[in-house]
Amino acid sequence: MSDAHSHDDIKKHVRTYIIIFFALLVGTVVTVWLNYLHFDSVALTIGIALLVASIKAFLVAGFFMHLFSEKKAIYMMLAVTVFFFAAMMFIFVWSRDQLPRGGEYTPTKYVPHPSAIGAY
Amino acid sequence: MEIPFTEKARPDTGLYNAKVGIWLFLASEVMLFGALFSAYILLRVGADPGTWPHGLLNIPIGTFNTAVLITSSVTVVLGWAALQMGNFKAYRKYQAVTILCALGFLGIKSFEYKDKFGHYEVWLKEPVTVKHGDKEVKTDRLLGHIDYNGVHPYFWKTETLAGSPEQKDKDGKVIKPAVPPVASFKFAPDPYHYTMSPKEMAHVKKESAGHAHESIEIKSSQVKRLSAFVPAHSTFFAIYFTLTALHGLHVLGGALVIAYIWGPGAKMWKTHPEQYINRVEISGLFWHFVDLVWIFLFPVIYLL
Repeated sequence: MSDAHSHDDIKKHVRTYIIIFFALLVGTVVTVWLNYLHFDSVALTIGIALLVASIKAFLVAGFFMHLFSEKKAIYMMLAVTVFFFAAMMFIFVWSRDQLPRGGEYTPTKYVPHPSAIGAY
Repeated sequence: MEIPFTEKARPDTGLYNAKVGIWLFLASEVMLFGALFSAYILLRVGADPGTWPHGLLNIPIGTFNTAVLITSSVTVVLGWAALQMGNFKAYRKYQAVTILCALGFLGIKSFEYKDKFGHYEVWLKEPVTVKHGDKEVKTDRLLGHIDYNGVHPYFWKTETLAGSPEQKDKDGKVIKPAVPPVASFKFAPDPYHYTMSPKEMAHVKKESAGHAHESIEIKSSQVKRLSAFVPAHSTFFAIYFTLTALHGLHVLGGALVIAYIWGPGAKMWKTHPEQYINRVEISGLFWHFVDLVWIFLFPVIYLL
């Protein structure tokens, strides 16, 4: 970065980077440890794993990629990215409801069930 | 002609060219990985209940690889900080660790891939009883290793058991000799190897007194389907290999760029130090992104 930073500023940053490094390692250990605990609820397991991953991602993006102190133009680009990413995820996951599921496929006289024609 | 804003930031945006470029590129990468992640979600949600495989990946190795990648990410940012303070030597050391970590990650990943290609699942026509630790389990699906005449083969599939005829070219020269059919093979069932905690593992080892991998003889006529852990095994392995291989290519690409800037590209430090620092920052941003993808890949694929 070409912004003028004093040596003291950078030294402070270095300390932050090392703290974040250990936080990320702890996050990794916590994720694996929670996995060995085996929660009864699947939703809870997925929720916790994704929460820890999101916190780690937040730390990497915020500190290592300097997103906490970036310029406005970058934020604007990322806002567009977030919008399109969310839209894409929404469309794909929503499309799931539009498709027949394995056990729910209702054959019609025009389109036989694949098993009827020996497809599987 | 001098290209403007390669060193100094543009006054109105506060950004130099490459910074804008890399973020636009990373935005497109988010969409690429996002699309594949949504493919994973659809496959996972669409799988019939109880058919999504669990515990086929090696969690300790995956955890270690995560730590390797996190370490490389912090050395990138420390190297960049050292360079900003004018300490080229420290930068060289930090980035050397980054490059070693990248190679380590890829090496471990290749070992994992190789291990998968020699691991098998066998679907049997009729269930058999196998020993699992101190328990006897009746099952028609077995996971484990094949032992065929003392060899642990890779990439076997159902068709391999039938053997193959001799193949000749136009002139009658044999290109591939005939492979006789496999009448039977030894199979060492190893069902929950990776999902067990060290405590459970020790228990099984103690109870079975070294017989945890007692092999059984399987006749080819008993086999309904046989597959190594390759993409064709299941949608799980298809998406596993797609996602991890694409990520691996990113690691390789990032490592090559970082190594170039670190090695032959370092001449620029003497001529254009500010632009050089910018290059280190840009390659670092890509590297952190690769780390970021792995932070999501690891729990989603290995743990959930």
